[in-house]
Amino acid sequence: MSAVAGVALGALALGAALTFVRLLRGPTLADRIVASDLLLTFLVTGAAVDAARTGAGTYLEPMLVVAVLGFLGTSVLARFLEGRGP
Amino acid sequence: MSIGTVADVAAGVLVLTGALLALTAGIGVARLGDVLDRMHAATKPATLGLVLVVAGAVLRVSDLADATKLVLVVVLQFLTAPVGAHLIGRAALRSGAPHEPFVLDERAGDGQAEGELPDQGR
Repeated sequence: MSAVAGVALGALALGAALTFVRLLRGPTLADRIVASDLLLTFLVTGAAVDAARTGAGTYLEPMLVVAVLGFLGTSVLARFLEGRGP
Repeated sequence: MSIGTVADVAAGVLVLTGALLALTAGIGVARLGDVLDRMHAATKPATLGLVLVVAGAVLRVSDLADATKLVLVVVLQFLTAPVGAHLIGRAALRSGAPHEPFVLDERAGDGQAEGELPDQGR
C-alpha cells in the first residue's frame, strides 16, 4: 500500500504543479479562480490518500474544513469577478 | 486470500485510479485553451478522482467515525462542485473572458453583447 500511495501522491503533486503553472500564468482572473479551486481539491485528495496509506484519520478534520472553505472562497471570488470584470 | 487482502488490493486500485484522474485534471487545466474548457477539465475528473480515492480510503480506515468523515467530504463535494462551477462560469462569461465561438448562443439575438447583460437577481 505504501508504494501505491507513493505513486498516487506523486501523481497528485505533478497535477498540482501543472495547476500552479496555470494559477501563475492566468491570463484572466477566472482562470486563476478555477486553478485555485482545483488546488484545494488536490489538497483534499491528498489527505484522503494519506488516510488510505496509514489507515488512521489524522488529517480528516482539516480535509473537511478545506472542502467547505474552498467552496466559500470560490463563491466569493466569483461574485467579486462579476462586479469587477476580467 | 483473506478478505482483508482483497480489501487492500481494491483500495490500492481505487486510490491509484483516482490519483491518475486528478493528474488528468491538472494536465487539462494546464493545456486547454480557454476558461470554459479549463473548467470542464477542472471539475469533472477532479471530483471523480476524489470520490475514487475516498472510496479506497474508506476500505482502509478502521474507525467508523473516520469513514463517516470521508463520506461527508464526498457529499459536500457533490453539493458544492456544481454550484461553484456554475458561479465561475457565469462570472467568466459576464466579465467578458475570451472563449471560442459557441455553436448555439441563446443570448445572441437580443442585441446585447456578452458582458453587458442586465444584472439579474442581485
